[in-house]
Amino acid sequence: MKIKVKFFASLRDRIGRSEESLDLDGGAVTVADVWSEVVEESIPDGILIAVNMEYTDGSHSLSEGDEVAFFPPVTGG
Amino acid sequence: MKVVVTDVVFDPYAEVQKYQAGLKSGQSGGVVSFVGTMRNFNDGHEVSTMWLDHYPGMTEKHIEKVCEEALERWNIIGVLVVHRVGEIKPDESIVLVATWSAHRAEAFDSSRFVINYLKKRAPFWKRESTNKGQRWVEHNTEDSAADISN
Repeated sequence: MKIKVKFFASLRDRIGRSEESLDLDGGAVTVADVWSEVVEESIPDGILIAVNMEYTDGSHSLSEGDEVAFFPPVTGG
Repeated sequence: MKVVVTDVVFDPYAEVQKYQAGLKSGQSGGVVSFVGTMRNFNDGHEVSTMWLDHYPGMTEKHIEKVCEEALERWNIIGVLVVHRVGEIKPDESIVLVATWSAHRAEAFDSSRFVINYLKKRAPFWKRESTNKGQRWVEHNTEDSAADISN
């Protein structure tokens, strides 16, 4: 299953990349699985998650072609 | 409804006039506008410039969604949001939120709702250049009125 992963702002700097394409084996894959695959630790508190540009959480099950984004609290306006 | 995300300096008052010129004549009793501008200080440091990062696509989608919600919740006849991204200098406008209504209360309430939502949920992030180097702003200033349920 192919998934696109994006990181923004301080999280992008910390992880050292802005975008990654993953091809994951197996059945049900959650957002938390993707984070573990890329960062090899559990999701820190306070991080925001979006799938296909809608806010969600780590338990969200992913489908082929989904875009997952991880980012810190927002500071616009 | 108009939503603009731009990396170009903008004049918020000209944007208000331009949008207002397109509204149906004689319907508006007032416009409430909020303009957020860049300070040259924050958290005890001088700030020379700021970089505003965002999530292209999600940003526009969420601002449009909150404008639609404002149009449903209040009796307003227009809503305009312009938000800068990229490099910003002190005194430049960061954000403009303006709403038009027949009566002031609905214009005030809806504009407050839109700016509060933007500050809590729209995917923008500020990185400041200070006299101590660059740093990401970790959270927006808390405001007792910054409840998106307002």
